[in-house]
Amino acid sequence: MAEEPADDARRAALRDRGRRWATTAGSILLALLVGAVLMIVSDPDVISQYAYLFTAPQLALGASWTKVAGAYSALLAGAVGSPAALAATAWQAAPLIAAGLGVGIAFRAGLFNIGAQGQAIWGSIAAAYVGFAWSLPPVVHLLVAVVAGVLFGAVWGGIVGLIKAKTGAHEVIVTIMMNFIAASSLAWLLLTPAFLRPGRIDPLAPPIQPSAAFPVIYGQLHVGFLVALVAAAIVWWLMERSTIGFAIRAVGSNASAAATAGMNVAGTTMVTMAISGALAGLAGVMYALGPGANAVATPLSLGLVGSVGFDALTVALLGRSRPVGTVLAGLLFGGLHSGGLAMQSLAQTPLTLSTVLQALIVLFVAAPAIVSALIPKVRAPRRPALVGGEA
Amino acid sequence: MNHTSGGLQLAGITKRFGSFTAVDSVDLEVRPGEIHCLLGENGAGKSTLMNVLYGLLKPDEGQIVIDGSPQNFTNPRQAMAAGIGMVHQHFMLVDPFTVAENLMLGREGGFVLAKDAARQRVRELGERYTMPVDPDAVIEDLPVGVQQRVEILKALANDAQYLVFDEPTAVLTPQEIDDLMAVMDRLRSEGRAIVFITHKLREVRAVADRITVMRRGRIVGQAAPTASEAELAEMMVGRAIDLRVAKEAAAPGEPRLVVTGLKVANTAGGIVVDGVDFDVRAGETLCIAGVQGNGQSELVDALLGNVTPLEGTVTLDGTDITRATPRQTIDAGMGFVPEDREADGFVAPFTIAENLVLNRSNQAPFAHGLALDLAEIDRNAVALREEFDIRAQSVHDPISSLSGGNKQKVVLARELSRPLSVLIASQPTRGVDVGAIEFLHRRIVSERDKGTAVLLVSTELDEVEALADRVLVMYRGRVVGIVSPDTPREVLGLMMAGVPLEDAQGAPRPGKEENHG
Repeated sequence: MAEEPADDARRAALRDRGRRWATTAGSILLALLVGAVLMIVSDPDVISQYAYLFTAPQLALGASWTKVAGAYSALLAGAVGSPAALAATAWQAAPLIAAGLGVGIAFRAGLFNIGAQGQAIWGSIAAAYVGFAWSLPPVVHLLVAVVAGVLFGAVWGGIVGLIKAKTGAHEVIVTIMMNFIAASSLAWLLLTPAFLRPGRIDPLAPPIQPSAAFPVIYGQLHVGFLVALVAAAIVWWLMERSTIGFAIRAVGSNASAAATAGMNVAGTTMVTMAISGALAGLAGVMYALGPGANAVATPLSLGLVGSVGFDALTVALLGRSRPVGTVLAGLLFGGLHSGGLAMQSLAQTPLTLSTVLQALIVLFVAAPAIVSALIPKVRAPRRPALVGGEA
Repeated sequence: MNHTSGGLQLAGITKRFGSFTAVDSVDLEVRPGEIHCLLGENGAGKSTLMNVLYGLLKPDEGQIVIDGSPQNFTNPRQAMAAGIGMVHQHFMLVDPFTVAENLMLGREGGFVLAKDAARQRVRELGERYTMPVDPDAVIEDLPVGVQQRVEILKALANDAQYLVFDEPTAVLTPQEIDDLMAVMDRLRSEGRAIVFITHKLREVRAVADRITVMRRGRIVGQAAPTASEAELAEMMVGRAIDLRVAKEAAAPGEPRLVVTGLKVANTAGGIVVDGVDFDVRAGETLCIAGVQGNGQSELVDALLGNVTPLEGTVTLDGTDITRATPRQTIDAGMGFVPEDREADGFVAPFTIAENLVLNRSNQAPFAHGLALDLAEIDRNAVALREEFDIRAQSVHDPISSLSGGNKQKVVLARELSRPLSVLIASQPTRGVDVGAIEFLHRRIVSERDKGTAVLLVSTELDEVEALADRVLVMYRGRVVGIVSPDTPREVLGLMMAGVPLEDAQGAPRPGKEENHG
């Protein structure tokens, strides 16, 4: 077919960008609608009112409204309703942003890093160990702990890159297996004398020393959040302004052309996986060194990092692997987490609903045709591609 | 002329993409029993027009009339039902399926697959048009020429009366082109009509009954098959075109690229380059001629360093580069224009500016340490756009928005924008329009004149004759001979089939009857 002239291409790109934003907004709206339906059908008290739907519809609709409005206003209040809520959102967002950046950078090299979970686990292990076992001067202690966590994440990710580059093994398989190994290593380490809290036999490490914790700025907002933003800025510079990012984007878009132009594809794969792992490791560091609601960092335990590695996939997808998008997506999902906690305690709506909302948003973004079918004003972008390929 | 009511008419067809009019009120008439050539450069709107005819695109204006009745196709199925068949440039075949299975696609009918019937149909059609194809062969195992036959058979299985061949010869060897022309001739004599889309002038004159020339979405005129190539080229491009490349005699100097006893295996382990020796001297162009798939691609891959040879040595200006990586060969002064530019030549989503520094992105002046020098990258791009006449509004547009010829100009501009010892160009003008071919050829010649050793791989004898100072003919991984470019075409053709020079010169031209000049 005939090529469109370049200005048309540019206009189309702009239009696509607008449509992507519209799609994202539409996705969030639809996810909230589906969430509302779920809340209504899962609440026996509300659903019982539906027996009178035709005789007294105001009962059913009123109960539904009360339920949904109550839950969502609690969600909103818990996410952004007060300075404390905002701080809690920032606390949740920091590791999501860090790991999301890591997954996104891998996406742009054409790699699916499913292993952010394992890399985050190693990040948390290393940071926590330095935090509780070593005694160092205040600022130095924090720096060393952060660097240790980032380094272990980088190594755990770099191993995947090495295996892929040397043997051609697919990174998805390798990272999934590495996740199991990381989780099991943590379980084993927690029972070794080096990690076991004196006097305890359950898998719980000693608390980290205050000198290794991220300083609190306000409420749950700690310096780690700023570190995540700085990481986003560094990733932006790396991808858009550095030779490494140039190679990563080239390899991700067309490895064959990159190789023909003399780039080291295997080396780029390794470097990318190491950077990706370093950022996921930083997410683990956030959990290990970030003071929680009681202003004390949670000690290392089996579930410390939660499911950050998998949440990071959704963050990177929603953020389209771009640093700014990732920060925004991290804040959104961080808000859903912190708001979800408020919703659970204030509106008796399970926290899992916020996980469902998160999944629905990404699902709708990934399938823009659904959004444009349900909201006619929203036109799907021509290329719904979420990852790689766009350079 | 004798069929007044019958035939296919396109009346006032207009197709716009956004503000861009790809096809602008085009009238075209195709009569049964004729081969109607639609000639035009890439991007002239030929394929768009045919996609409208085939129901793939909906015209904004105009009408399609077949045998007197107006049609309104919204999908290819309707077009097929009306007797239109299309042989696509990029085959629409399912590679892991057999020939018979591909023929069944889209008309599987009931629940049980009628495989035997499909096999039978393949044999019948193959016999009728002397295009024998094994119905049980798997598509991906077949040579390109045979795959194309399957495409044609698919259209014929539908009993298509109007066949559109979209750039059918682009992927074929000279022999396969001869076969295709014979098939087209038979179809014509059966009373079917053929629309033959091409930008190759020689072919047009060989088979066309009528020629319609398109330029920038409009029909610019009709021509008789007796028109000269220069006249046709001028109509296509809109200005006089010099088809001959003006070049001085070569002044070859010292050998710069020396290849001895080179052996290369493909990924399956088969020896595809088998003991090749040659050298390329400063200031000369050595052309590697041969039918595609005789080891040329693997040879140049090994020279670049993408593949490590099994045996032999390669030296560049006396330095051994046999086992060098592409990074090292590039830094040693090797310029490389890959055969498949979409796959290996550029990164499609990257901008023109980025693609122009693809192989030097981490070197001065485009990088200082880790940081890219965006200003310098831009400056380089703007200068090269000017020098190489790259038709782009902005160097920040993605290269994918350019035409084939302009993409190739970007690739060549990148390679020629630094001092080279040797330039290796594979099929540098494949899929490139006439105007750009002229330009690319001139640049390659001027690079030769600068003292660079030029190694050109081409399957097109026109190009070989135009550019070569010496011609190396390759067949099944071996050098059949190195001859002068004045060697008669018949002799070169025989050598490309593996006949040594002495025998080729002695033998009368064997093989099937020629049906075109």
